[in-house]
Formats: sequence, C-alpha cells, structure tokens
Amino acid sequence: MKRKYLATPYIIWVIGFTLLPLITIGVSAFTGDDGAFTWDGVLAIAEPINRQALLFSLAIAFGCTMICILLAYPAALFLKSFRFKRKGFTIFLLVLPMWMNFILRILAWQMILSKNGILNFILGRFGAAPLAVSNTWISLMIGMVYDFLPYMILPIFNAISDIDEDLIEAARDLGAGSGAVFCKVIFPLSVPGMLSGIVMVFVPAMTSFVIADILGGGKLQLIGNIIEQEFMKSMNWHLGAGLSISLMILVLIGLAFTMRGDMEERGTALW
Amino acid sequence: METNEKDILELRNITKSFDGKKVLDDLSLSIGRNEFITLLGPSGCGKSTTLRIIGGFVRPDAGSVFFEGKDITNLASEKRNVNTVFQKYSLFPHMNVEENIAFGLKLKKKSKAYIQDKIKYALKLVNLEGYEKRNTTALSGGQQQRIAIARAIVNEPEILLLDEPLGALDLKLRHDMQQELIRIKKEVGITFIYVTHDQEEALTMSDKIVVMNKGIIQQMGTSKSIYDEPQNAFVADFIGESNIIGGIMLQDRVVEILGVKIPCVDEGFAEREAVDVVIRPEDLEIKPEGEGFFTGQVTSVLFKGAYYEIKVYAEGYEWVSQSVSAPEVGARVGLYVAPDNIQIMHKPKSEDAEMIKE
Amino acid sequence: MVRLKNAFMKCYLALILLFLYAPIFVLVVLSFNDSRSRVTWGGFTLRWYGELFSNRQILEALRTTLLLGLGSAAAATVIGTLGAVGIQAMRRRGYQIVMSLTNIPILNADIVTGIALMLWFVRLMPLGFGSVLAAHITFNIPYVILSVMPKLKSLNLSIYEAARDLGAGSVYAFFHIVLPQIGSGILAGFFMALTMSMDDFVITYFTKGAGVNTLSTMIYGEIRKGIKPEMYALSTLLFAVIFVILLVFNALSGRGKNTDDVIERSR
Repeated sequence: MKRKYLATPYIIWVIGFTLLPLITIGVSAFTGDDGAFTWDGVLAIAEPINRQALLFSLAIAFGCTMICILLAYPAALFLKSFRFKRKGFTIFLLVLPMWMNFILRILAWQMILSKNGILNFILGRFGAAPLAVSNTWISLMIGMVYDFLPYMILPIFNAISDIDEDLIEAARDLGAGSGAVFCKVIFPLSVPGMLSGIVMVFVPAMTSFVIADILGGGKLQLIGNIIEQEFMKSMNWHLGAGLSISLMILVLIGLAFTMRGDMEERGTALW
Repeated sequence: METNEKDILELRNITKSFDGKKVLDDLSLSIGRNEFITLLGPSGCGKSTTLRIIGGFVRPDAGSVFFEGKDITNLASEKRNVNTVFQKYSLFPHMNVEENIAFGLKLKKKSKAYIQDKIKYALKLVNLEGYEKRNTTALSGGQQQRIAIARAIVNEPEILLLDEPLGALDLKLRHDMQQELIRIKKEVGITFIYVTHDQEEALTMSDKIVVMNKGIIQQMGTSKSIYDEPQNAFVADFIGESNIIGGIMLQDRVVEILGVKIPCVDEGFAEREAVDVVIRPEDLEIKPEGEGFFTGQVTSVLFKGAYYEIKVYAEGYEWVSQSVSAPEVGARVGLYVAPDNIQIMHKPKSEDAEMIKE
Repeated sequence: MVRLKNAFMKCYLALILLFLYAPIFVLVVLSFNDSRSRVTWGGFTLRWYGELFSNRQILEALRTTLLLGLGSAAAATVIGTLGAVGIQAMRRRGYQIVMSLTNIPILNADIVTGIALMLWFVRLMPLGFGSVLAAHITFNIPYVILSVMPKLKSLNLSIYEAARDLGAGSVYAFFHIVLPQIGSGILAGFFMALTMSMDDFVITYFTKGAGVNTLSTMIYGEIRKGIKPEMYALSTLLFAVIFVILLVFNALSGRGKNTDDVIERSR
C-alpha cells in the first residue's frame, strides 16, 4: 500500500465537511428565497446599517490588534529575558486561563467593569471617581484584548525564543550594543511571529459576536452580531450567508496582505 | 609577569567554572602580534571557553585579559577590537550577503562609499565576488563560512577569533578552506586565534599550537616541536597515532622497554625513573626476523594510500608501524627504532594518564 | 540599573498576568459565594459544589461537552495523523492543495465555518449531537495535522527504511519506529483538539439544533436570566483538574533538561 493513501479518510472528510459546506454557503449567498440567482445577499454588506457595523468591526479589530501588539511585545521580550528554567512553564502560564470557559470569563469582566462592579468598588476605596465604561466600546475593547492577548504573546514569544543565541553574540561581536542588537537582529527576526499573532487576533476580533453581546449591552453591533441575528432571530439565511461570504472575502484579502509564509507554525505555536 | 612588547594579548591566571565544573584552571597565555595560534584539544577541554573569554562573551571567575597591555577583562564584547568567526557561521538570516558584511561598518557609521569598497574587497578576499545580493540561507556551508570570515575581516580587527570554523564542512572542502585561511591570514596580516579539535588542521595551519586538556595547557610550541617532542603522553596521543609504552630509564641514553635495553638520545632523567616512551609509527621500522629489538607476528596490514599501516604483536603489545612496503599477515618480523626517533617523557602527574588507556 | 530594569520587567509581567487571571479569580470567588446575586458577597459556602451534583441539566451539558471533546479529539487524532503521514508522502502539487484546504477551518472565521456547516448539515441530517460531533471533528483535524507535520518533517526517514531493511513490514515499522517518534506531536494534537472542542462556542451554537447543550451554549443561553452559581462551581472544578494535570505533565516532561542549555553554551 502506498503511504499517501493513508490520507484518504482525511481527504474524504475535507471534501465532505470543509469544501462542500463552503460551496453550500456560497450557493446560498447567491440565491434568494425563490431559489433564483441574485446579488442581493452579498451586496447587503453595503446597506447603511451593515456597512456601519462592518466599519465599526474593522475599527475595533484594528484597535484590538494594535493594543495586543503593544502589550504582548514587551511581555514576550521580558518572558524571554527571564529565561525561566523551561519554555514550557511560560506557555503553561499563558494557556492556562483558556481552560476556564470563555463566556464565563467575559461575564466576569462584565462584573468587574459594570457600574456597581469590582473595579469601581476598588476605585471607590481609594476615593477615585467611578468609571462609566460598562456597555461602551471601551469595555468591549478590554474584553477583546483580554480574550486575544495570549494569541499575540505566544507566537511572538516563540519567535524570539527561537532566535539563535549565536546571532546575538555575532551582532555584539560586530559592535552592536543592546539597542542595535534589538533593532537589527531581534526585532526583524520576530516579525514572522508578530504576523501570525496578527492573524490570530485580527480575524476572530473582526468576526466575534459573543463579546459584543455581553460587554456591549446589546447596543454595540459588530458585523458578527448582525450575521448571527439574521440566522438565529430573523431567519433570513440567504442574507446571512451573503454577509458571511462578503466578510470571508474581506478577511481573505486582509490575510493575503499580512502573510505570505506558510501557516504550519501556527498549529504548534500554542504548545 | 611582564607584558612583552611584542604580545598583543595576554591571559593571566584565568579560572572559569560552569555549574561548579571547572572548565579553565589558572590558565595563562601570551599571544604574539600577527601569530596564527591554535588552541587544540578534545571537546570539553576549555578551548572554546578561552576563545569566548577573549571575545568577551564569557567573564572569567578570576584572572584578567590584557589587550595591548590594557586590562579588558570587563569590556563588553562590542567594544573590543576583536571579531569572531563562529562555528555555525551565524549569518543573519534576514539579511543578504552584502547587508551581513556591512553590519559592523554601518554600526561604526562609515560612509556608503567606504562600505561598498570594503564589501568588494572582502568578497574578493574570500573568492565570492558578485555574491553581494545573494540570500545567505541559499549558500552552501563553505560559502557561508567565507561570508562569515568576510563579515569579520571588514571591521579590521586586531585579532580574528575562529571557533572551529571548518567543523561543519566535509573533508575536501576543509582542506581547501585551510589553504584559503592561510592565504587570507597572509593578506590581512593580523593575529588569528583558531580553535579546533582536529590535530591535522592545527599542524597544517598554525605558527604556534597550544594543546589543552581539562582546562590546563598541556604544551605550547610550534607544530614541529609539538609533534616531534610531545611533553607528555596526552599530547603524544592526541597529536597523531603513536606507540606509547611504559619504560624505565636505566641511565642517560638507555631506556628499558618490555625488558629490552634500547639506546636513545635522552638525558637528565633520574636513575630508574618510570617514563613514557613514544615511538611514532613511521619511525618504527620492520626488519627481517631476528633483527631489531623485538620480534613479533604481523597481525594486520592495511593499505592507506601513500603507505601501509602494519600491526605487529610483540612482547604482549600491539605495535603500529607505517611503511611503504608490506610484509604478509602472519609473518614473523623484527622491530627496530633509531635512537633519535625515541621520545622519552616524564609520566604525567594528573589523571590525564587515564586518557591514553582508551 | 540592571536591578531597576529587572524590577520593571517583573512588574510589567505581573500586571499582564493579573489582567489574564483577574476574571478567573472572580469566578472562583463566586463559586464560594453564599448568595444567588453576583454582586454581593454573602459569605463563604461550599453549597454550590454540593448542589452541582443534583443539577441534572448541568450534568447533562457536562456529559455532552466531555463526550464531544473526547470523541471529536480521538476521531480527529486518528484521521489527522493518518492524513499527515499520507500528505507528507504526496508530491509538491497535491501537498500544497491539501495543506491549503487544511488551513481553511483555522483561518476562516468561526462564524463563517459554523454557518457553512449548518447550511450543509440541514440538507443532510437533523441537527443534533451527530452534527455537532462532525463539526468538531472538522475543526479539530487541522490542529492535529499541524502538530504532527513538523514531527514528521524532522523524522529521519532513513530509520524507517532501516527498519524495513531489517525485515520489518510497513505496518510493523510504522507502529514501532515512526509512531514513537511522532508520538509527542500526536499527543499535543489530541490535547489541542480537546481544548479547542471544549472551548468552542460559536460553531457548536450554529450546528447543535434544539435539545443539545454543551456547557458553553448553556451558559450563553443563561446570560440574560443569570448564571446558576453551580456553573461557577463546575468551572472552578474543571479548571482545578486541568491545572493539576498540566502541572504534573509539565513537571514530568521537563525533568533533567534544565542544565543542558548551560553546558551546551559553555563549550
């Protein structure tokens, strides 16, 4: 038996449960309730309310990605410089929170940030004025950054850890001080990690609806919320499929720009 | 200890331990200007650590490093006028050949024209003209090593440190690169400190060899003196294959080996001192049975290209001889050695004796 | 100066960890709170841990979640490992096509994957446990493949050939020679799949249909009504179990590795 035939069950699975569903959603997006071809589904993205949600999602996802980079980069750098006995421990610390149900964790943030919540209670103790962030884009942003930060730290940390110590010595040998070592060696070599972090943060941030549901108080509409409502509340499947396809295409275009390398490192980035 | 005018670098009483394991033990060493000096020894002997201390990557626990008479023990490596060629080349993977070579010069804020000139010169020096825009990861091991040399040389260091630079190359390429390095050394005329565990490489290239073991310098000298007059059994065994046998010095110029009195040229040993006797295989001559000092049986004959390697079992010891003619296996032969080809050494004091027992 | 820098780095990391662990701390505290309200502290109690085991709904959701997690991870591990071994033997073209397909569920937004599967499933079968299981297997397989593939790539093929040369059949050689070498990748893939499955909400939400609930979808359904305190207790328990497992796993897998690095560098 040839070795490549071992992949047969997988190929069948991919066709049956990845390719065909995508074709289905594509077909659904380009047909109406009567089954005839129409552009209405995919063009619905241009309607004011959808467009607004899309732009808001873009802005939030962009902001969230930037904040994640700014917070994660120093964290990854510092984690590396402490040289814990083993890399595993660092990753362990970052992955562990994911084992608490994520909706519950977001709900916990709601409790922390709400008007009578824990944060304001603590602020009150110090005599500071309470913050009114609950149900605003700020609390939404905090929730998103919270949820996605580990996905930014891990690949950057991995990229920095993988830099051969010899390269840093070589740079110092050639006259580079700490600053130059960072700018000319460490940072450029960590860019691939950062790119995969961007992908891992931007896509989910762009398309999530649960976090906005909980921390936006139902007032903040991301494109994900709109799609979810089309399916689960309005039962407008063709429209929902159309919006999904538009979103998917947008995300794919974005991805094509961010990353040209292979994705194989991503799978192992978490461990 | 006085610093010699001629010396460019001096290590004084360097001690270094890792995890409680002593790697260098009170090591002192002077290196002359424009010398090609090789630190030679088995892995773990401390040669690389010595180099890393000179490069500034490792701080010694005790002792000092002097560069042109100035103490640089605590000077950061980027501030030393010393450059290193690393074993694994360590070229920056995100830069092309040109950017790699320009790295140090850009940091020194040299002019564009100067940098371009230097790149051209360096690439010519290492025989890789026209490779400026190549991607470093696409180069062969030998080419990468040449770039690594070019990258170090352009900074005009006073000393070039080479940490087993040819270790990853195959035999043929290695021999070519040895010749290249000797040529480059001649052209740039700076001090080379070279680390290797390959005795042949050391003998071919160096002006001076420092044989190290267990963090201690075993012997220092020219290739010839190290090969011809090893000072102890460790050096003798490490530098080339040898017959090393225990003997007793009966008087000046007479040594007893395996019960046979043999004339030699060594003097000044204590009477009846136990010594190690070294006879190089090429000095052990095969004679017809009955001639020579020992008689034995040929156990194997191997054709080695330029010569035969002959093993002879005599007096309970397996002797190795090299000869251009081969006796038959099983033949009985005599073994002879000329007096001036016998090297007598004091027994080593440390546990190094363990090393030669295989 | 160096100490100041160290102190700064430690403070920064402590703040990041505080940020990551704050909600977990809140949830753990709530599981011991003797009050149905989530804003007031009513004293310490273990009541919810007791009541948890008589709450049929929660236990049912836990059963579904675990069944789904273990089942989909196991299926994905088998299909994915065989797939990875097969894909690696493919020619360049086929390899690239299959690997691009493999990346789709990972790169695609969960919501799109969920909806695509839902639209497809409603044509095939009634939505229920089966459809969710199929969905979970689908998004789990890529993680297994991506964990196993690097191990396969670094695997020295000549040892497989050596085994064949010494008379081992291909099946024997696979189980005795290849499998032990890629075992850590397979294990990592399995745990990753398990994690992803148990943490998933979006895809489950779209593919589950009525009547099936995992812990995630159950919690989501209760957001408006208020979460039952038993749920905090269960989550805390699950978290504690995982914490201990990972801690033991970490301690075991890393024993004796600490000093290698230092020695390597000193040479």
